Amino acid sequence: MQRLDVRRGRALVLDHVEFQLAPGRIIGLLGPSGSGKSTLLRSIVGNQVISSGTVSVLGKPAGHKSLRNRVGYMTQAASVYDDLSVRQNIAYFAKILGQPPAEVDRVLEATDLADQASRLAMGLSGGQRNRVSLAIALLGSPEIVILDEPTVGLDPVLRADLWAMFSQLAATGLCLVVSSHVMDEAMRCDEILLLREGKLLGQMSPAALMESTGADNPENAFVALIAAKGNQP
Amino acid sequence: MKRTLATAGRVLAQVRHDPRTIALMLIVPSLLIGLIAWIFTDTPAFSRIGPAMIALFPFVVMFLVTSIATLRERRSGTLERLLSMPLAKGEFIFGYALAFTLVAILQTMIAVSFAIWVCGLEIEGSFWLLFAVAALDALLGISLGLMASAFARTEFQVVQFMPALVIPQFLLSGIILTREQLPGALEAIGDWLPLSHAIDALSDAAAGTVDSATASSMLVIAAWIAAALIVGSLTLRRRTA
Repeated sequence: MQRLDVRRGRALVLDHVEFQLAPGRIIGLLGPSGSGKSTLLRSIVGNQVISSGTVSVLGKPAGHKSLRNRVGYMTQAASVYDDLSVRQNIAYFAKILGQPPAEVDRVLEATDLADQASRLAMGLSGGQRNRVSLAIALLGSPEIVILDEPTVGLDPVLRADLWAMFSQLAATGLCLVVSSHVMDEAMRCDEILLLREGKLLGQMSPAALMESTGADNPENAFVALIAAKGNQP
Repeated sequence: MKRTLATAGRVLAQVRHDPRTIALMLIVPSLLIGLIAWIFTDTPAFSRIGPAMIALFPFVVMFLVTSIATLRERRSGTLERLLSMPLAKGEFIFGYALAFTLVAILQTMIAVSFAIWVCGLEIEGSFWLLFAVAALDALLGISLGLMASAFARTEFQVVQFMPALVIPQFLLSGIILTREQLPGALEAIGDWLPLSHAIDALSDAAAGTVDSATASSMLVIAAWIAAALIVGSLTLRRRTA
């Protein structure tokens, strides 16, 4: 991603963001609400109108036709059809992606939804709906999976389960980009991107973040980093 | 084509999970036709208004259903998700069109049967033509509904498009006062509106007076459908600000 600017209306949502991502890792995109995380992720998927700069994904411009099978995307709100069952939801998106029916069972297993398969999405809890949305993002084993706040509003046990699942997925060579505004989740990533007010504060490993700031938890590390950046104009 | 069928199947599966909507869509037109037949019991007017009502329902109901269904897709994020996948806009639109046209044909079958056997409406012309016009009519409602959903942000707004786009067409269609009797300007406008042509074509099909005017009416409707679908598909954007 090179010198990316995104404007929405008059506001500059992303300001000269630049970074590169490597496969087989979990990349955490962290920042407070309204820092431009979703806009950045939408730029990678190719759904965002960008003002200037370039985003290339797997060697192609973001949103390129050939990428539509290779990039999985889970939007912030669980984008599922409420009036369809879990299986019908996943099966429909599988057909759109040209995937065989067996793929539906694979992602149902992978997201631990096999027991809920025949329930209507509207009757599911928030966490279960998120997992349906995640299952759809995993269809067809994409090389890059973009997850926009997948753990928001989940109980700690479910969150831990999901992160364990992300590690398994990354171990298979996937590149996962996971956004979160919960700083503690930074520690579970291989690499983190810190975003604040549309500016990239840094790209580093969680250990390097803690070390460089000398803070005792990720929350304080983030604060220390902002303070440090503020001092050097 | 496969994805169009998958989309149509998915839309129908959604409708199937909502039995109350199915009941309302299928029964309400017949009840209203029955009410009109009852109102005009002692007059010959039902033979004129009956076919017009049969033309009105697929249009109005499909307009409402499509505008709300596609607005929901836009708002829930499912449309954004679909457009990040290898789904062509045309496949999405024709998937919806196929599903709701099938529903409209079923609705028309029930309404026509009720009008003939319960209300005593006489159909002189061809049934095939009657259903062809009703299906065209449903497509018109679908394409205008798709277009309307692009200009609304909430469900409240989108239902307001119903009176805004449908009632003027109803008033100027010639049901209340034949179009020849309208003031010149209104007659001219009415002559261009798609619902007027839908009602004319359906009345011709019912009365068995099919001629070149019927064919040109169907062409006008088809042109409106094409225009609304083009505008509607322009509003399905893969990239948004």
